[in-house]
Amino acid sequence: MAELNLSPRVIPDRLQSRGNRLLKSWESLLLVVAVLIFTINSFASPYFLDPWNLSDATFNFTEKAMIAFAMALVIIAGEIDLSVASIIALSSTVMGLAVSFGFDTPVLVAVGLGTGLVCGMINGLLITGLGLPSIVVTIGTMSLFRGLSFIILGDKAFTGYPASFAYFGQGYVWWVFSFEFVLFAVFAAIYSVVLHKTNFGRAVYAIGNNQTAALFSGVRVGRVKFILFLLTGLMAGIASICLTSRLGSTRPSIALGVELEVVTMVVLGGVSILGGSGTIPGVVLAAFIMGMVTFGFGLLNVPGIVMSIFIGVLLISVIALPILWARARRRAAH
Amino acid sequence: MAKILKHREILLVIAIAVLLMAITLRFPGFVAPANLARVYNDTSILIILALGQMAVILTRCIDLSMAANLALCGMVAAMINAAFPGVPIPLVILAVVALGAVLGSINGLLVWKLDIPPIVVTLGTLTIYRGTIFLLSNGAWINAHQMSDAFKALPRAPLAGLPVLSWLSVLAIAAVYLLMTRTPVGRAFFAVGGNPHAAVYTGIDVGRTRFLAYCLSGALAGLSGYLWVSRYAVAYVDIAAGFELDIIAACVIGGISIAGGIGSVPGAVLGSLFLGVIKNALPVVNISPFAQLAISGTVIIIAVAVNARAEKRKGRVILKKAEAV
Repeated sequence: MAELNLSPRVIPDRLQSRGNRLLKSWESLLLVVAVLIFTINSFASPYFLDPWNLSDATFNFTEKAMIAFAMALVIIAGEIDLSVASIIALSSTVMGLAVSFGFDTPVLVAVGLGTGLVCGMINGLLITGLGLPSIVVTIGTMSLFRGLSFIILGDKAFTGYPASFAYFGQGYVWWVFSFEFVLFAVFAAIYSVVLHKTNFGRAVYAIGNNQTAALFSGVRVGRVKFILFLLTGLMAGIASICLTSRLGSTRPSIALGVELEVVTMVVLGGVSILGGSGTIPGVVLAAFIMGMVTFGFGLLNVPGIVMSIFIGVLLISVIALPILWARARRRAAH
Repeated sequence: MAKILKHREILLVIAIAVLLMAITLRFPGFVAPANLARVYNDTSILIILALGQMAVILTRCIDLSMAANLALCGMVAAMINAAFPGVPIPLVILAVVALGAVLGSINGLLVWKLDIPPIVVTLGTLTIYRGTIFLLSNGAWINAHQMSDAFKALPRAPLAGLPVLSWLSVLAIAAVYLLMTRTPVGRAFFAVGGNPHAAVYTGIDVGRTRFLAYCLSGALAGLSGYLWVSRYAVAYVDIAAGFELDIIAACVIGGISIAGGIGSVPGAVLGSLFLGVIKNALPVVNISPFAQLAISGTVIIIAVAVNARAEKRKGRVILKKAEAV
């Protein structure tokens, strides 16, 4: 056992049983944490265990989680997209522009999705077409996309969205299940199937583990990566529609800093920031955990910026703890 | 390699000259020596920060927490001054430089001892440091009237024709230049980024070198914290929010490769000046200041594309040989 731990890429001669693997997985640890937080929250505040309050709490994470699904694929493939929050801002601004020209809901949705796709395409072309590092490119497009919103809006705001547009962020499909939550669940299912059950998903893992090997085994690395950035742009567009509809207004500073929360969600979900491993169920659990923690803090009147400290600590500790744990075990084994 | 680097710096000088000429067409007064000195002074803080970021990027890391570190140190400097106006300013500066170095060393330790990817570490500490300002100040502002006159006067005090702020940045440039070119640590920054494995075989401790780079960037952020707060005479939670991107942009424009190992002090300085000239020229030539963010974004993308081309030419042949084996 001690030798196995020395290198992360050693292949064991005998696989662990399925049940054993499931029990020791990151996802089951997350599940325990989620249950724990749920229990603590319901004791800490008498208002927590109310179906409508819980339904409200889901708005904390649904929009971010939708982006996190696509971001998980991008990070598993060994890249990153820091421009998602700016894509939300630009999509929202262009939708606001469309409203000011008198367009109605169907056009707004098309415009929101289209802007997201175009932004994702620009990222994808720069990264796969020119072979530039994704971290700098998306830092650049992060400034560019939000900068365009600032040019269009300046210090003003777009309001006056049509009443039918409000459904995406404020409507309910059935009982306490909001449209956003149902959309989140649908995307969770779609992304799980795509990542874990299709050739495309296998290709994403292959690229993240060894890009050169993937290329030599016939994976179209550039094309897969391009599609991933396109998807991330599209998901940011969808999140933008939900967020804009929920807020009913657009400012250029909308969704500032959301990229950090999305990356935290993905990493907390057990996706390796170095690429090559991670699962969608893990990201779903991480979304629930982050949503419940912020909601619980909110009920206890903790200010938002203190929650952001907590998220920062969470981000570092979820990566540090497994490393320290593995080190302690190795020391014990010797 | 020296040829390419020289090429890059000359390219930047030409770009800045062309930019200045274009501005002069619309507004001749911009290139007056007094105004250029003012532009340099306005860019001083960015230059100091870019020098620290450069050291970190050279070692294949990145420091996204610099602006938050700056804001936290600035707030602490202002709070010390507001509570104890009698404390001499050099002592305040020393304290925040030390605090900045400690905050930087936290990044460095996490990267060195725990092997956590630098981008994750500094994304995390970015929010933690910002949040800490809120905890310290309770969200309150420290305004000009709460600061002592000496505290506010130092950066703008004239010395041989230039404000002290400008001289401090000149001093920082000289010090970091000497560190980079004349000391083992400076060479280690390049070695670690150029080829970490080779660096290990030459006896360089990669983790420790990265740790030192983070300490340097932290200390420079701490110094900038005092300069920022005393120059603008206000301290609050959100000062310099998003400035980390400007710092990275200055480095990328200055030809510092995000993949590590390539870069120079003149490059970082010229990259900062390029951004500084654009920022100061926008209002003069009647372009809305709201356009600045989009312009820096575009410049970052162009710069990184140019960098990538320069690096490709250098590395291609060797890589192909290695792949053929």
